[in-house]
Amino acid sequence: MCRLAAITSGEYFSPMENIIALETMKEGHDGSGMGLILKGLGGEFEELKDYPVLSGICSEDGMKTLDGYMNRIGFRLKYTWTPKTRTVRGIESRDHYFARVYDYPDMHRDKPLEEKEMLLLKTRLALRSLGEEDESIIIFAFYPDILALKEVGDPLQLGEFLGLDRSSLKAKIVLAQGRQNTNYAINLYACHPFFIKGYGTMTNGENTAFIPIREFLSGRNIPGYIGYNSDSEVFCHILHYTCRQLGYPLHYYKDVITPLKQDEIDARPDREAASYLKRSLRPLCIDGPNCVIGFTPDGTCFMVQDAKKLRPGVVGGVKGKFALMSEECGLDSVVPGRDKTTDVFPMKFDMVIIKPDAEEVLVWNQLHG
Amino acid sequence: MEPAARLDNNHELAVKDFPYIVRWRDDRCKRCGRCTAVCPMYAIEPAVIVQRALKSEGTMPEPQAVRRVITIVKQTTDISRYCTGCATCTLVCPNEAIEPEYNPAHKFNFHKNRGGHPYRRGGRRNDPAPSTLDRLRFSRISMLTDPALDAGRHEFRIRTYLGRILPAEELPVRVVNNRLEVNRKAGTFVPPVREIYPIMIGSMSIGALSPYMWEGLAMGITYLNEVEGMPVVMCSGEGGMPQRLLRSRFIKYFIPQIASGYFGWDEIVRAIPHMIEDPCAIEIKYGQGAKPGDGGLLMAHKVLKLISEIRGVPMGVDLPSPPTHQTKYSIEEAVAKMIQSMYMAWGFRVPVYPKISGTHTAKAVLNNLVRNPYAAALSIDGDDGGTGAAYNVSMDSMGHPIASNIRECYLDLAAQGKQNELPLIAAGGVGKKGNLAANAAALFMLGASCVSIGKYIMQAAAGCFGDEYNRCNVCNLGKCPRGITTQDPRLYRRLDPDRVAERVVEVFKSVDTELKKIFAPMGRSTELPIGMSDGISADDPAVAERLKIKYNC
Ligand code: SF4
Ligand code: SF4
Repeated sequence: MCRLAAITSGEYFSPMENIIALETMKEGHDGSGMGLILKGLGGEFEELKDYPVLSGICSEDGMKTLDGYMNRIGFRLKYTWTPKTRTVRGIESRDHYFARVYDYPDMHRDKPLEEKEMLLLKTRLALRSLGEEDESIIIFAFYPDILALKEVGDPLQLGEFLGLDRSSLKAKIVLAQGRQNTNYAINLYACHPFFIKGYGTMTNGENTAFIPIREFLSGRNIPGYIGYNSDSEVFCHILHYTCRQLGYPLHYYKDVITPLKQDEIDARPDREAASYLKRSLRPLCIDGPNCVIGFTPDGTCFMVQDAKKLRPGVVGGVKGKFALMSEECGLDSVVPGRDKTTDVFPMKFDMVIIKPDAEEVLVWNQLHG
Repeated sequence: MEPAARLDNNHELAVKDFPYIVRWRDDRCKRCGRCTAVCPMYAIEPAVIVQRALKSEGTMPEPQAVRRVITIVKQTTDISRYCTGCATCTLVCPNEAIEPEYNPAHKFNFHKNRGGHPYRRGGRRNDPAPSTLDRLRFSRISMLTDPALDAGRHEFRIRTYLGRILPAEELPVRVVNNRLEVNRKAGTFVPPVREIYPIMIGSMSIGALSPYMWEGLAMGITYLNEVEGMPVVMCSGEGGMPQRLLRSRFIKYFIPQIASGYFGWDEIVRAIPHMIEDPCAIEIKYGQGAKPGDGGLLMAHKVLKLISEIRGVPMGVDLPSPPTHQTKYSIEEAVAKMIQSMYMAWGFRVPVYPKISGTHTAKAVLNNLVRNPYAAALSIDGDDGGTGAAYNVSMDSMGHPIASNIRECYLDLAAQGKQNELPLIAAGGVGKKGNLAANAAALFMLGASCVSIGKYIMQAAAGCFGDEYNRCNVCNLGKCPRGITTQDPRLYRRLDPDRVAERVVEVFKSVDTELKKIFAPMGRSTELPIGMSDGISADDPAVAERLKIKYNC
């Protein structure tokens, strides 16, 4: 089972904090990989928040293909961040790790966000397919104010390898996952956290309802609902579908993935709408065991559990900095001085929601609101 | 030497030509006559024969040949009175003196067409081989990475929906104060949807069934709903329902069926203003798996007083339903207009769905229904389905197995993203070998939202003798030895409706546990695992390929 370490804060912090938290939960991951997604970028990215960041890995050839493609579309490179990699035993370095900030093509610069998002998504998918076969181009995200890094190896060693311990790279929200590999072959596209159009999630556990969910999402005809190299990628797309496509408030995500029984719904003030939802989104019901941690475009973070099996997950911190972790020891490493009695272990009906900038923690309960 | 003429039995059949040979034991029989009295076919009769025996009476052996006249039980070779193998004789024999034995070398099908009348019978396809459903196994077992659930401890929700489900995008909801609310001003028609148990009792009419059998089923269903909290529903079959039931609150557990003969619908329509509850749904029958392309037929001898009243017809006449709905000349007519008229009858509060027989063309019907916003479901009846009366050739040689038919329809819906909008109901041989829970679960994983059973519940609840070796299967003759499919009070009085009801309840309670025993190790409990095709595998690569599931060996 993978280990998850997410931090949300009012101040910028280094992703090394997440990595160190993962290190404390070391028996839970096997060094088969780590994924990082940073949102609310600081440091050199702070001034570039409106421009999309292309995060990925390329071979020499892949880089040329990528440049050619981006030029053709009209994306202009504004800034490139590359990790100052060091040689670390056991980690096989690839040619180019990068987060590149682009300016939109002229004809898109003044378009509304939705159109820009579509362009970014299409570009990401095109680049992905250009380099998928020979793994010359691997793209994790292409979106403003989002940076993603993924690689095979032990999280702490990867932190060192990518030079994150000495880097000025900082963010206000960082999701980090230390992988416990259940497949022999490691595909970086199967590595959490996942991201689509402003929404990011990571999960531990196994999704037993994966096939019906994948079939349902694929049938929505929504660009970007592809991939599914991991059974957990659907959690991210369900989030996007619920909040963006359908426009539901975030807490309905919990109702979608773990629907209540009809008599429980009948006791809620929104019973009629919630009953409709339960029927219409029946194939998106999960059966766990899963703990899902994620964020939405406005910087809200959350943690939810499946309804029965539950995976370890705890939320705690102080105003201005909260951590969402697989284990308490991860929490201790990030916010040691907090009042532990206020730590929240979300149960079957709960959704822990942390407001942007880690202002406040709310526990939304499916039965009682 | 006997004259040659007396040896000329050329135009007679031998017992060996018959599917069942009655094994009668002279030494055990006490000549009580119960077997011959009870045989629904008059296939056995008392006879007198002259027997040669050796006798010795003195102190010394002095054998003498004597001839004596004895009574025996004799099987007839008159094909109109063939032994069906029902074993009612065995059932009533106090001395275990009589038993029918299946004769695999029989020539029955060569001869059962006397008078130019093809063989007609009840039952289902006489194919004892395991169906595709019985060749599927549940092989995705949750282990370590996903802790299995506990069938005894965890909560399981084994329910499904019957009714057209709107895609979320079309729901009339809006966000008010961070909460979803139904927007009544949107004017969107939200079709009625029922939450039901995913195994329903399929359409068997009062008429085909005896009044006691139907009553037993109906009581069982009602008990399950009212006492056990299991929303099991039952379809009426063609031919209406008793007024008493139509006007009772229990009608909500029933699905009246309208078929091409429209029998009983005058009475139903008349009852509408007096109904205090809506029925669960309405089924429009276009086809039946056991006899594709055939209408219904209730033979005259089954049309007695009760039936004539319910159906609104004279007594003692054959009641054939035509193969198609005569007033409808195209699928648009048949489906759209009929569905809408039925919706209208109940003020758009009752789901209406069609039932067709399994066919290569099911997808065409399906896609027509997808475009009809009122179609509440599609029920497909595969070729292992049963019937009360049909031509043997229809049953044995016509139709499409349910497994691949459901699968391709589900995948077709999934490709359009509509697999949750139009529920598929699978029928036809579910539980053929007694594995009801396993067959049902496999069908869910292939894509069915619900399954429908008929023959299974007759066998399990009332001990129907019928099987795929053509045992019994005289449902069409009104001679049912169990009292299940007859209108003859002397026969149906054998059946105790309370016992039938009790068995219905037992069957559903046990199948519920068995379903949990399947779903729990697969890690599924919150929703029915519809379309969870990674859960099952086939023992035959061709089957696996056709169903797009794993092949395991
Ligand atoms: S098995 Fe049935 S049909 Fe055959 S002799 Fe016995 S009672 Fe008659
Ligand atoms: S027992 Fe009755 S219902 Fe069953 S096969 Fe025989 S006649 Fe038909």
